[in-house]
Amino acid sequence: MSAALIEARGVTKILAGVVPVTLVQDIDLAIVPREFVAVTGPSGSGKSSLLYLLGLLDLPSSGDVLIDGRSTTSMTENDRAEVRLKRIGFVFQFHFLLPEFTITENVALPMRALGQLPSRAITARAEQLLASFGLGDHRRKTPDQLSGGQRQRVAVARALANDPPVILADEPTGSLDSVATAQVFGILRELVTLHGKTVVAVTHDLALAAQMHRRIHIIDGRVARDERVASATA
Amino acid sequence: MNLILTIAWTHVRHRARQTLVAIAGVMTGVGFSIMMAAMMEGSQDDFIKTLVDALPHISITDESREPTRQPADMVYAAAELHGLTPQVRRPGIKNPMAMIASLQSWVPGSLTPSVQSKALLRFAGRNLNISIVGIDPHTEVHVSNLGTHMRQGTLTSLYRSSNAILLGDRLANKIGARVNSNITLASAEGSNMNATVVGTFHTGFRAMDETTGYVLLKTAQILEKQTGIVNEIRVRADDPMAARLIAERIGEQTGYKSISWQEAQEDLLSAITLRNVLMYTIVGAILLVASFGTYNIISTITHEKTRDIAIMKSLGFRDHTIRAIFIVEALLVGMVGAALGWVFGYLLTRGLASLEFKTPFSDYNHLPVLYAVKHYVLATSFALLSSLIAGYFPARAAARLHPVDIIRGAT
Ligand SMILES: Nc1ncnc2c1ncn2[C@@H]1O[C@H](COP(=O)(O)OP(=O)(O)OP(=O)(O)O)[C@@H](O)[C@H]1O
Ligand SMILES: [Mg+2]
Repeated sequence: MSAALIEARGVTKILAGVVPVTLVQDIDLAIVPREFVAVTGPSGSGKSSLLYLLGLLDLPSSGDVLIDGRSTTSMTENDRAEVRLKRIGFVFQFHFLLPEFTITENVALPMRALGQLPSRAITARAEQLLASFGLGDHRRKTPDQLSGGQRQRVAVARALANDPPVILADEPTGSLDSVATAQVFGILRELVTLHGKTVVAVTHDLALAAQMHRRIHIIDGRVARDERVASATA
Repeated sequence: MNLILTIAWTHVRHRARQTLVAIAGVMTGVGFSIMMAAMMEGSQDDFIKTLVDALPHISITDESREPTRQPADMVYAAAELHGLTPQVRRPGIKNPMAMIASLQSWVPGSLTPSVQSKALLRFAGRNLNISIVGIDPHTEVHVSNLGTHMRQGTLTSLYRSSNAILLGDRLANKIGARVNSNITLASAEGSNMNATVVGTFHTGFRAMDETTGYVLLKTAQILEKQTGIVNEIRVRADDPMAARLIAERIGEQTGYKSISWQEAQEDLLSAITLRNVLMYTIVGAILLVASFGTYNIISTITHEKTRDIAIMKSLGFRDHTIRAIFIVEALLVGMVGAALGWVFGYLLTRGLASLEFKTPFSDYNHLPVLYAVKHYVLATSFALLSSLIAGYFPARAAARLHPVDIIRGAT
């Protein structure tokens, strides 16, 4: 079991309030290396909530999330931040780039926060990541000077900055047209097939989900179906 | 550049107008604080200097520290007796010349004897009560700066004729007397004498220039009808600040009342202390108010940047990094504001020093100001401290933000 990169054990998240809202309930999941996972389900079923919990952006009300076999609910906020920085790359539906910085600076940000590389090496790696996603010519632009698809590719590049084993993506193609969707989806697939990463992506697009190795279907905050395509997993 | 600095710099750079307003606030605060401190301490220093210069540092008078015990007290210690005529005591310091000689052996400074007296001055039909001071011109020059304040004549002009007198210039003007005018002096002891004005002086202290006349010791003694009397010995200490200690020792040695200038001006000095407390309170308040602008911009930025903060936190930025970004922004505003404030404060001080005006107490026509590094350092530290506080609270709120809350709301 400890081979899992991310593991959810009985994870429940309830938002306290006058009327408590249950976002997810009793989730048991293990994400293993080199998986390409689709999280599907109706709107409001709790897909994003699940991703935030798996990505340590949110704390479960009960249960535990293990990263590399280590419990994270007992960690300090700083330790969880460090796990996010090193082990997990996040891609949101909306690109969430910092508007005042060039896209190179945006991609460099997680590397600078980690502080393990000299700044020249950081810039070089950021530019190389952007170039590999066909954004080499745009590296001095700010996010508002790019198209939605280009921004989303920058967001993927930023998620990869510190070379984490896992990429969590919440509807990464949700706001893109079909051409841009195909581009971004292609990049994610290559991350798994060519670079040995693990990608967990929330999607409404059943055609895309059909191309992925594993589909987790969420209904009302619970795992309704969890199916693997036998030929696809490593 | 360091990550925190880069982000902080980017934030303030993209809000140039607000940042400039905040910087202007700090600059104004620091500038006015510096000017105010320069003015307050300048006038205070100048005042004390003038005081120390004009007054005897120590004055030894013929009063004993305790009232003289009357013969009846000595016999009936606890009894209260009424209606007794107190024994008449011959006023003046006993053996003044011997005392001066003995004090001169150890007191670091110069001494001069004098006679303090009052007289009614009569000239051209006008009567004025004035203070008469009998002096010894040879030793006086080492003790007071009267010699340097002469408008007409010199201290030694007093030897020019018998009963010569030096008058304050305001006094002379008031009665219309000039050098060589003949005036009449009448003392409380009942003696009358004619005196010749041989010079005028101007000390800058109105009270002195308006009501004082200097004569030779001998002349004052005749007015007092007491040959050889000396009722005050004045001392100019080499180090004015040592006056208090020296005065104490003189008092112990001679048994006479010996008062240092600090003791004589105690009320004044404590008023100056109070003035300083007030000044620092006001300066502190100015700088505090100046930091409101900084607080304003930093909390505006943290509000506008809520989403960016959430992004940075979701990427894995630590709380203290987020906090540091906004504190550094506040300090940037504070430092630039303070640096501009130095220039502004210096120019304000220069401007103030060049203003001309009149005061009723003295005849300066320029405000004395003091240029002191201390003022700049103090204003800067206080400005930075209040920037730090102004930045700390929004920064702490920003660091506490939960990224999911914002991300949920934004998507
Ligand atoms: N802050 C909140 N307060 C109350 N309810 C919330 C809050 N955030 C989410 N919810 C509710 O929790 C449920 C799960 O939300 P979540 O965003 O995880 O759904 P989702 O599957 O990602 O939906 P979508 O496909 O529309 O993105 C929804 O019913 C939503 O209305
Ligand atoms: Mg969602």
